[in-house]
Amino acid sequence: MNGFDWNAAGDVLPLVLRGFEVTLLATVLGTLVAAVLGLAVAVAGRAPSRFVTVPVRAVMEFIRSTPLLVQLVGAAAFFTSVEPLTIGIVVLGIHYAAYTSEVYRAGIDGVPKGQWEACRALSLSPRRTWQAVVLPQAVRKVLPALGNYAISMFKETPFLAVITVQEMVFEARRYGADHFAYTEAFTLAGLVFLVASYPTSLLMRKLEKRLGH
Amino acid sequence: MATEPLPLQKTAAAAPEDAAGTDALVRFDRVVKRYGDHVVLDELDFSVRRGEHVTLIGPSGSGKTTILRLLMTLEKVSGGVIWVDGAPLSHVRTPDGGLKPAGEKHLREARKKIGMVFQQFNLFPNMKVLQNITEAPISVLGMDRDEAESRARELLDLVGLAGKIDAHPSQLSGGQQQRVAIARALAMRPEILLLDEVTSALDPELVAGVLDLLSDIARTTDITMLCVTHEMNFARDVSEKVLMFDAGRVVEAGPPEKIFTAPEHERTRDFLDAVL
Repeated sequence: MNGFDWNAAGDVLPLVLRGFEVTLLATVLGTLVAAVLGLAVAVAGRAPSRFVTVPVRAVMEFIRSTPLLVQLVGAAAFFTSVEPLTIGIVVLGIHYAAYTSEVYRAGIDGVPKGQWEACRALSLSPRRTWQAVVLPQAVRKVLPALGNYAISMFKETPFLAVITVQEMVFEARRYGADHFAYTEAFTLAGLVFLVASYPTSLLMRKLEKRLGH
Repeated sequence: MATEPLPLQKTAAAAPEDAAGTDALVRFDRVVKRYGDHVVLDELDFSVRRGEHVTLIGPSGSGKTTILRLLMTLEKVSGGVIWVDGAPLSHVRTPDGGLKPAGEKHLREARKKIGMVFQQFNLFPNMKVLQNITEAPISVLGMDRDEAESRARELLDLVGLAGKIDAHPSQLSGGQQQRVAIARALAMRPEILLLDEVTSALDPELVAGVLDLLSDIARTTDITMLCVTHEMNFARDVSEKVLMFDAGRVVEAGPPEKIFTAPEHERTRDFLDAVL
């Protein structure tokens, strides 16, 4: 084992950054899926009919109880004709929706009972009650928590390498194997993760403070 | 469960002080409300005439607030029927002339006539004052935005908060929030306004302003008002009728002068001694 090869590090950087683009794309789109789907699940969980709530809860429980890696490999094996990146984004999104839905649920539960009663007293339709009153209040409260899930998703994107998505760690591993420079390749990939996620989490903390938590 | 379709049919016990009984806007017909084993309202009968301002007084736990919540359809009756304007509120008629408990659709329609102001104001914190008032007229009554907003301005003027139109509820004092809540309820042009201890959460120096406003509304509109309050001044100034509740029943009813100066029942005397 020799020391850190700065030349190799210089070579791998462009590759890692190219992978970073894919990582970022997967994170942003995956977060979007998780944010929208999680919200839908949380609202469906409040449906008056058990025919809705019970299956939804069962599926979410299933997703939370199995590893992301298994879900990715399973989905890739099942949908062989779909592009790996698409599968990755959808699976990440669904996986995280199982968690964000709980976050939303807590946010919705946190809306005081008096708000619901005021809506009823004004004869607001269920749709307006959710749209104009409950969700704006609930989402505002849970924004920082959702942001933190986005950051965890970002850090779990390397799993996508397993289904051959050419994200950052995939690129780093390929370079490492070709040039036998794993140390440099993975160090740089790690640094990029750190540089991207640390400021983001600081931002989330700031947001949390501003929203008065 | 009452099955007679005639809303005006009354027994002498139903509302002894309301001899004519033909113009009852609100009528409780042997209404029962239970939470588990706990009976809050026990076959309660009473009625309120159109345009009347009625104050409900009585010790806590006597069921006063429950009456307002039942009328606002925030709760369901456990038995009996509530009538509003000759039509069942808590129930719908069946083809054979009987009654069955109402579904959500009927309730949403029926409660449009009724407005409520809450102890804790319950303004929408995510909306400015203006939108708090215009939301329901626009989305429920289908009023266009301009009309809803000009009406909201008039109402804010009436409650003395014309300058706060763009404020958020959190920027207002409790008294101001409560006045916005009153404007919000009035924006729906209710026939019946329910006031649930609307001054209880206010700092003492803010109570008078809200009470004055409500007296004005009582004097200048024909809105029927039902108020639950511990403010005996309010009962005296605003209402023509006071109902004294105890253990889910009306123990005494009459004009405020009589109830406050010459109560007949011992329960009323005890209660008034305790609060006055």
